[in-house]
Amino acid sequence: MERYLGFRARVAIAALAFVASHATAQGLEPKITVVTSFSKDVTQPFTQAFEAAHPGTKLEVLSRNTQAGVAFVRETRANPPDLFWASAPDAFEVLKKSGLIDKYQPRVSGIPAKIGSYPIHDPDGFYFGFAASGYGIMYNTRYVAANRLPLPKEWDDLKKPVYFGHVGISAPSRSGTTHLTVETILQGEGWAKGWSTLLEIGGNLTSVSDRSFGVPDAVNSGQYGVGIVIDFFGLSAKASGFPVEFVYPKLTAVVPANVAIIKGTRSPNAAAAFVDFVLSEKGQAILLDPKIQRLPVQPAVYDKAPAGYPNPFKDTSLGAAVNFDSFLSEARYELVNSLYDRLITFRLKELNEAWKAIHAADAAVARKPTEEAKRLLGEARGLASAIPIGDAEAKDPQIAGVFRPAEKDKPKPVRQAEFEERWDAFAKKNYAEAKAKAEQATRAAR
Amino acid sequence: MSALALSRRRPLLDRWNLTATQLVLAGLVAAFLGLFLVLPVLRVMGVAFWGPDGFTTQNLEDFFATSLFRESFFNSCYVATMAVLLASIIAVPLATIIARYDYPGAGLIHALGAVPLVMPPFVGAVAMQLIWGRNGSVNLILMDLFGFKIPFMEGLNGVIFVEALHYFPFILLNLAASLANIDGSMEEAGQNLGASGWSLYRRIVFPLALPGYVAGASLVFVKVFDDLGTPLLLNVTNMLAPQAYLRITSVGLDDPVGYVISAIMVVFSLVAMGVASLALRGKDYATQQRGGGGLGRRKLTGWAKVLAHGFVIVALLVSLSPHLGILLLSLGTIWSFSVLPDAFTFDHYATIYREGPQLVTNTVLYCGLAAAIDVLVGGAIAYFVLRTCMPGRNVLHYVAMASLAVPGIVLAIGILRTYYDIKLPDGRALATFWGMLVIAYAIRRLPYALQSCLAALRQVHGSLEEAAENLGAGKLATLRRIVLPLMAGGLLAGFVTSFATAAVELSDTLLLVTREIDAPISYGVYVYMQSPAGRGPGAALGVLAVIVVALGAWASHWLAEKDRRRRSREG
Repeated sequence: MERYLGFRARVAIAALAFVASHATAQGLEPKITVVTSFSKDVTQPFTQAFEAAHPGTKLEVLSRNTQAGVAFVRETRANPPDLFWASAPDAFEVLKKSGLIDKYQPRVSGIPAKIGSYPIHDPDGFYFGFAASGYGIMYNTRYVAANRLPLPKEWDDLKKPVYFGHVGISAPSRSGTTHLTVETILQGEGWAKGWSTLLEIGGNLTSVSDRSFGVPDAVNSGQYGVGIVIDFFGLSAKASGFPVEFVYPKLTAVVPANVAIIKGTRSPNAAAAFVDFVLSEKGQAILLDPKIQRLPVQPAVYDKAPAGYPNPFKDTSLGAAVNFDSFLSEARYELVNSLYDRLITFRLKELNEAWKAIHAADAAVARKPTEEAKRLLGEARGLASAIPIGDAEAKDPQIAGVFRPAEKDKPKPVRQAEFEERWDAFAKKNYAEAKAKAEQATRAAR
Repeated sequence: MSALALSRRRPLLDRWNLTATQLVLAGLVAAFLGLFLVLPVLRVMGVAFWGPDGFTTQNLEDFFATSLFRESFFNSCYVATMAVLLASIIAVPLATIIARYDYPGAGLIHALGAVPLVMPPFVGAVAMQLIWGRNGSVNLILMDLFGFKIPFMEGLNGVIFVEALHYFPFILLNLAASLANIDGSMEEAGQNLGASGWSLYRRIVFPLALPGYVAGASLVFVKVFDDLGTPLLLNVTNMLAPQAYLRITSVGLDDPVGYVISAIMVVFSLVAMGVASLALRGKDYATQQRGGGGLGRRKLTGWAKVLAHGFVIVALLVSLSPHLGILLLSLGTIWSFSVLPDAFTFDHYATIYREGPQLVTNTVLYCGLAAAIDVLVGGAIAYFVLRTCMPGRNVLHYVAMASLAVPGIVLAIGILRTYYDIKLPDGRALATFWGMLVIAYAIRRLPYALQSCLAALRQVHGSLEEAAENLGAGKLATLRRIVLPLMAGGLLAGFVTSFATAAVELSDTLLLVTREIDAPISYGVYVYMQSPAGRGPGAALGVLAVIVVALGAWASHWLAEKDRRRRSREG
């Protein structure tokens, strides 16, 4: 029996080898597996269209959030899935650096080199942007009306005292998309001013969610009114019937979601065909589906889009206000995440209290502006929007490197834990002092 | 002197009070824990104490030097203690009502009592917010009627509230099983001596059921201490479990601090368990006389009846509110900033119609197998701990309990890392075989079953086994005919808690499922809940999960009752 099976297996292997050698010339392998963070709304129409275009090849979807997806690809090196398909470009950078994805040259034309100021494909040819997305503000119309909030349009609007306790965001360390929003603000406004904006908005935050979808979820339910999200979360929620709206602030980056072929795939032809399909006009048109609502990277596809669909190739204000420097973003990636968590995520209560006191002092000073009160208020503001590390230091590879995973034979001069403890103490002390000063200012303006 | 000489001559197995079969079983249990818990977890967590220059305690020192972590540690202890208190307030009266009184809805409470353990991932969170959140139904109604809101879901108090609602069934199920096991003659003796009413309950009944209560309460404490889902749901990050999880998943798999936190949670959980079992040390809870069918069921009359009904209704309504929310979500169109959904529809059930059955059968298969393994392994460990002198029996006990504090993602990555290179005959990796998911569930849920088994065995008097052996029954026959039937209630409680919680396990499912046809319900819920349009279908799947668990719990209660009736008839 066993010998018989062995023989059968050998025949099968021979047949497979035969098929494989032919596949390079004409056919595709019978099955490919895609690891993806996209929802069913995205994967299902693509799967159906791809299988219709390539009968004989079945597409298997493995849903995982981005971190679990990267971990899965890393742990299954010996016998990997075929494609990785997700939003956050930084996850693809990680895969590329770890040598887990393969180079490829898509056989598709008509895609420009850049969208806004961001390169669509990886310049080294490892991963390919197929759908662009911008970042912005999403709000629940019922909530906004019930709480009589003005409609937010720009990041600066979210600093206003009326929004206290009404805004939500996901932590940049947990969500590649939020990280890009934060980095866009930092690059657009400059390091110190950008952080002061983030901290002032931070004062109004009601929660910092641990996953990017937590924010649209909460806005959809009306748990809080305003969320900082990637565009398709807002647009697709609206298309699904939720009472929400989405706006792009002037300062936004348009960044592509990507697809890549995993190194060691056993279906290289079918995997390549999938990449080509996703980039082709046919595949790109799927993105216009109201439940998906992402921006195609093929400019020609916008001709089929309904009126009012955002078009970054025509609307030059989209993604143009900031010249996004991805090298800079890359250099301080982990540091920015850690700093945001120390200053905002983990000290949200203290930050809220400080800014609440400052808002109260603001109102008091507006009624009766004494010199003493103004001085105290200025100091309180300074304390509540200060950061423990300068622009140059944050770029310094010596310091930024502390937050990277350790490399062999390269001991770190300072441990990450030491920096983080210092920053935590800095935040705690500053927020407490800011609160005290603001309360003094309120009393002084009485 | 002579006894000592005698014992020296006795063979080793005798001295350990073991038979050869039991020794083999102990070996199997040890191998199971070693291969699927210790080895995979060490392969991931090793970095915590392993620096570039070998063993290091640097990371441990960093932990205690970081004020955020000290604060998190304190918060976790506080929340766990308060959650035990609140859960006891809900669970102890419920358990008493169903075990001591002739309450008409006892079966229903038993079935529904397990349901709060089933909080489907994401859907449960959304439903909780829609009901209890700051703009949830309850607060919108309060605001409308009285002009104020209650922050049920904010900060540490919110965590305590949600955790108590979520985990009180641990106490309910274990305490009810324990109460049902008490020898009715004890109560009668108490009555003969003049005790009645409250003092009878406080001095006789409850103390005799203490093993069940301690099993449940210590599980609640440790589970809440190690729980990740609820703090994340409420965006409370200054507790230990979220700190560990956020470190591991955002800083990276090789970040040592996350594992130091995990290791500290493991140690602290074990200490808590140890303290709990100290509370039971030196006392005898066993019941010698059997066959009476446990406590006499008394009738509820007058005010007591009204009070009991009132309490049961309020407790069930509050603890099942998230599930009511899930049901409304699954039937509603859009539900946003309003008391109820805008309109109702069956469309979401139509959407899941095709894949639903597959997901349900997978869930029943995986969780059923996992819970069966748990009861087997848990029962074996309980037997070794309480009935033998085998060296290392407590090691087995503590290793099994330690899995409570191992984050699911760490176990899953460890399993992938250890078993991905081992190939099955059909060429697939062992780690991606669905059986691995069963094993991962079994490992993660083993502590629940083990606690129930320990409580059940504590109440069986050793003299009953000796009597059986004196009458010529072998160890196996004694086990089968005497011990197992007497433990049945506890074993079933263990099965139900393992099954119910495994049915909604996500973190390891997400890493170990590699084919859609192998996916359980929790994976389906995850896939749908990633988009706004998927909320309804995701909730519909959540409802399926709840139904599966409620049916399982009801069936096990029915079995236990049948057994009880049979025994009391025979007696």
